[in-house]
Amino acid sequence: MFDFSRAQLAGFVLMLAFLIAAPFVLYPFMVMQVMCFAIFALGANLLMGSLNLLSLGQAAYFGLGGYLAGYLVESTGLTPELGLLAAALAGAALGAVFGWLAIRRQTIYFAMITLALAQIVYFFAVQDTKFTGGENGIQDIPRSALFGLFSLNNDLAMYAFTAVIFLACFLAVHRIEHSPFGQVVKAIRENEPRAISLGYKAEQYKWIIFIQAATLAGIAGGLKAEVTGIATLSDIGVSTSGLVVLMVLLGGIGTLFGPCLGAFVVIAMQQYLAPLGGWVVVIQGGIFIACVLVFRRGLVGEFAQRFKLAL
Amino acid sequence: MVMILGKPAPLLFGQLLLGIINGSFYAMLSMGLAIIFGLLRIINFAHGAMFMLGAFVTWGLLNYLGLGFWWALPLAPLIVGTLGWALERTAIRRIYKLDMLYGLLLTFGIAEVLQGGFTQYFGSSGVNYDPPDLLSGVLNLGFMYLPVYRGFVLGAAILICGTTWLLIEKTRLGALLRAATENPALVQSFGVNVPRLISLTFAAGVALAALAGVLAAPLYSVNPDMGSELINTVFAVVVIGGMGSIGGAILTGFGLGIIEGFTDVFYPPGSAVVVFVVMALVLLARPSGLFGKAA
Repeated sequence: MFDFSRAQLAGFVLMLAFLIAAPFVLYPFMVMQVMCFAIFALGANLLMGSLNLLSLGQAAYFGLGGYLAGYLVESTGLTPELGLLAAALAGAALGAVFGWLAIRRQTIYFAMITLALAQIVYFFAVQDTKFTGGENGIQDIPRSALFGLFSLNNDLAMYAFTAVIFLACFLAVHRIEHSPFGQVVKAIRENEPRAISLGYKAEQYKWIIFIQAATLAGIAGGLKAEVTGIATLSDIGVSTSGLVVLMVLLGGIGTLFGPCLGAFVVIAMQQYLAPLGGWVVVIQGGIFIACVLVFRRGLVGEFAQRFKLAL
Repeated sequence: MVMILGKPAPLLFGQLLLGIINGSFYAMLSMGLAIIFGLLRIINFAHGAMFMLGAFVTWGLLNYLGLGFWWALPLAPLIVGTLGWALERTAIRRIYKLDMLYGLLLTFGIAEVLQGGFTQYFGSSGVNYDPPDLLSGVLNLGFMYLPVYRGFVLGAAILICGTTWLLIEKTRLGALLRAATENPALVQSFGVNVPRLISLTFAAGVALAALAGVLAAPLYSVNPDMGSELINTVFAVVVIGGMGSIGGAILTGFGLGIIEGFTDVFYPPGSAVVVFVVMALVLLARPSGLFGKAA
């Protein structure tokens, strides 16, 4: 059903093994964050990889998802899975509106429009103090019980929940790319006028991909809020939009595992280089430059190219 | 007190002035972006960082070398322009043959390095820079008070925009530039050194951002984020105006500054988002922007 290539199957088994072993070897809290950002990056890669569209405003959906899930779980006592559902729907709704505007233009204009639209959301998040908590954000979001039954207070339980959501998103993205719908999207990327002449409504396909990316960003944001217990302004700011682009670029645009590996490297770097303080931003910028100038295919892309694999 | 549209006249004129001043920064920055985009086909995401760099160089010239505002006016653009020239020669040049998006990603990385480095060194609160003695004080215009420095910035911005427009639309150098934008291979075959023209264009565009930074230093607080805050609005301005013409960039920049100023009078919370709302409306009606060709 999932049409994995042999290399992809090997990669998937490897990833599963890693996810099972990771909480006992690494800091589980970090791996959970990696999974949240991997979902976020998988969504961004839908736009970047399958349509060549670079969005610099993905943080709007990520941040909105985080605020909404955080608010609902903290203030109304909603269960985590319903909080995530709300985050996903909110991401999709905002993505539907912004995407409808943004897909009218291509390449750099598309990037600038998504950035500018995300900026509106950011302004509202700063000014509104009731829902987002303004500068303070939402603090102390409780880890309540899944379906109202299973407590997620234990780190391993939360880890399992996060891993299940991550794997579901991962398989869903792979399924989208390999569905008949995904094939049409690929055709649009390769030759849009031709796809249109064959009767496909290119704009609708782009719009749907945009909404899917926003939905994944919403889920990722909601999950991150539930994992870390906070939703802050930085989650919705442009630096977060840049971060997810960096993850995709570093891992490998258009690859299946690239966004996940990129998320892991970037989050691990933030974690282990934290003593360097603000220099992390400089290092991230340096990686951006290095990726563009030296290895454009990203880590997974270069590896796949070297060994002639489809990853 | 004289009232206009239910608001006190001095308040209205004051906000209008503020809007025009913000607009002159939008105009200067979007003009630089348009010039660079025309020839290099790259959106310079580091443009805001270059603006910030211009302001910091102005501050540094005074604090490390004792050179005041009037020295900074030519020196800061020269220094930042040289840096831009070096960047073009070493990094940006290598990606012209690639998809446009890589140019955007590259300059995004450059902006992050510059901004992160300055935040680390100077802290996010930044430093202060006083206007030169000659330009301090306030002028009474009868219907409102005009701080002399703001008047100076407005005059300087109009002069800069006008000169640049004349240079590009009316001189031989400008004609060369426009020709190279249309068809670089053909211009090269006429014996023009196009790669050098490209380097110098990037340097000039960046120097323009730095010049705006010098003008901004006494007006706003000099801090590492000053560029990124402004540049988001400038990108919206560029989307509204389209990349079509230098004149279009200037008009859109000033126009949106004024709209922003007026919104601040009548509905203060809206002033931060009005430019983006205008952008959404323009996209609905004219997807390629007010002055743009379809792209």
